[in-house]
Amino acid sequence: MSPRFEAWSTLLAFMRKELRHLVRDRQTFVILLCLPLAQLLLFGYAVRTDVNEIRIAIAASAADPAATSLRAQFANSDRFILLPSIPNAAAAERLFRSQQTDVVVVLGPRTDSRTVGVTPPSLLIITDASDPNTSTTMANYAQAVVRDWQALRSDVSGRVAIDVRARMRYNPTLRSVNLFVPGLIALILTLVTSLMTALSLSREKERGTMELLLVSPLRPWQIIVGKVIPYLGLALVNVVSVLLAARFVFLVPFAGSYWLLMGASVLFALVSLALGVLIAALTSSQLAATLAALGGTLLPSTMLSGLIFPIASMPEPLQWVTTIVPARWFVEIIRGVMLQGTGVDVVWRDLLILSVMLVVLLVAAIRRTSVRLA
Amino acid sequence: MPDPVVQIENVSKAFGATRALDQIAFSVSAGELFGLVGPDGAGKSTLFRILVSLLEADRGVVRVLGLDPVGDLWALRRQVGYMPGRFALYGDLTVRENLEFFAAVFGTSVEAEYTSIAPIYQQIERFADRRAGALSGGMKQKLALCCALVHRPAMLFLDEPTTGVDAVSRREFWDLLGTLRDSGLTTIVSTPYMDEAMRCDRVALMQTGRILAIDDPTRLGARFPRPLFGVHTRDRRRVLDLLRTLPLVTSVFPFGDIVHVSTARVTAHGDDLSDAALAEHLRDGLVAAGLGDAEVRPIDAGIEDLFMELMGTESTGAAS
Repeated sequence: MSPRFEAWSTLLAFMRKELRHLVRDRQTFVILLCLPLAQLLLFGYAVRTDVNEIRIAIAASAADPAATSLRAQFANSDRFILLPSIPNAAAAERLFRSQQTDVVVVLGPRTDSRTVGVTPPSLLIITDASDPNTSTTMANYAQAVVRDWQALRSDVSGRVAIDVRARMRYNPTLRSVNLFVPGLIALILTLVTSLMTALSLSREKERGTMELLLVSPLRPWQIIVGKVIPYLGLALVNVVSVLLAARFVFLVPFAGSYWLLMGASVLFALVSLALGVLIAALTSSQLAATLAALGGTLLPSTMLSGLIFPIASMPEPLQWVTTIVPARWFVEIIRGVMLQGTGVDVVWRDLLILSVMLVVLLVAAIRRTSVRLA
Repeated sequence: MPDPVVQIENVSKAFGATRALDQIAFSVSAGELFGLVGPDGAGKSTLFRILVSLLEADRGVVRVLGLDPVGDLWALRRQVGYMPGRFALYGDLTVRENLEFFAAVFGTSVEAEYTSIAPIYQQIERFADRRAGALSGGMKQKLALCCALVHRPAMLFLDEPTTGVDAVSRREFWDLLGTLRDSGLTTIVSTPYMDEAMRCDRVALMQTGRILAIDDPTRLGARFPRPLFGVHTRDRRRVLDLLRTLPLVTSVFPFGDIVHVSTARVTAHGDDLSDAALAEHLRDGLVAAGLGDAEVRPIDAGIEDLFMELMGTESTGAAS
């Protein structure tokens, strides 16, 4: 047998062994296969940042015709549930305190069409800001409805309306599931790759089999590659299952190239795997490896990747920190490719950054993987 | 005498402030079954790890099969079989899968090596499809031995292969080692059990990182420096304390049913006593104390007597 052929057949044997470990630990295997889908369902159905069924009351004097048309405008929006009108702002206070409403629109005395253009219309939107994010969203929705209403009234009165509008591109309905699917793919890849490789390598150390692997002719790269490839395969299966569910269950649009997406996923998975190998080389027990993988990869991937909190609204030093989080660049790529149909001409910079990270981590991981016992 | 297969000189190794090995030196010749005997913490496992290239010695020269475990580690790793101190196989893989994996790692297969491992593998072959984790202790060790032999190593290193294994399995395992020795395989094996040491060609007694003595195990007992007596009595509880108070007695150790007592030969008055006279002296002492049934007779020292003796001088030497 030629030495080169032997190196590859040895590697194959190693991967076969890893696959057996993976499949034999049935509980973990089932969890790894199902967890991504469960997460997607959770994010898709439960964890939503878009707000529906906003209860709204309009405070206006009963005789005001403007109030009638505004009521009609809100009644036509399917986000709002229109409550009976109230006479004035003081009544609004009672509604908020008893938690019967989310938004109150107070119409000033001179919003009637006859006086438009003479005095600036006064209109007040009050929201319950005890939950600031939701409150901002609700206020935005209410503003949008009011803007439409104003435009309509201007047209009727024959006046040219100068109206500033914001248009929500690429996700016109502001569905949060569209945002979460790309982020979720990043999370799943991190979990399955970093954590599982770190765990499986430190398990070899703990049960003493690493000693036997070291005494064998296996080179460190063979041990690392043999560990990594099966988990890469599992991660890609997960990516595909999440994409299919996103596409056909949640009808998330897919604008870009599937190949680019899979390519970027493989690259990101390799970065996470190298990180997992490095973590295993630096820790000595399964527990330490788990904690390091959670703190070192999963947490930043969730918090600092732009997945949940927009990077632009972070303090500047924290924004710098995000640049070393691989998931940040991956989330950027995947959102672009999925929702905007971005091509390599745009995301090449992110791909390059991930590639550099991969090289650095791989070199560090192989260097730190000793040929002897530590 | 042929060139030694293993030769080490002045090997020392420390972990922080702990001296694991202190100037170890010995050589093993081709075909020898060489034993490292000593309690936990004697440094046996550290020595194994240095010999199989898992650790680097701080000082000293190490040659295994003519190779340097530091500089020639890849050449050496192809040629040695190693069984670590605790069971280290994949419990979730079957017997057969474990064996196949370790064969593949060395670029061979179970089929190709079947005849060479058959004498051992046949003993576990009926469990081929059982998970290794579900085997009994003795079976696990046989599987581990198979895995260490599957690439036909030029030399075998077995670190406490019978610790935690029942007595019958221990004997079976040593019978296997005897078979391997007969086939000419050089083996270094460690054990905390003195009875197993007797089955080696030569043994090194180890204690806290030092070698106390190296010899043919049957000859080691003859190195015992003083007369030794076996004392048998029904009242074993009292006899230990009583013997320690008698004049001339230097050491007292219980050995199962009997008590081993060593004495000085020369009395305070300068009389050089014979074995028979010393035995008489001990018996008189015990009878005087009310142990009329005591039997005392001279015995030949065994390897364990010597070990106790050497350990005693080591510790007194260290204390002074």
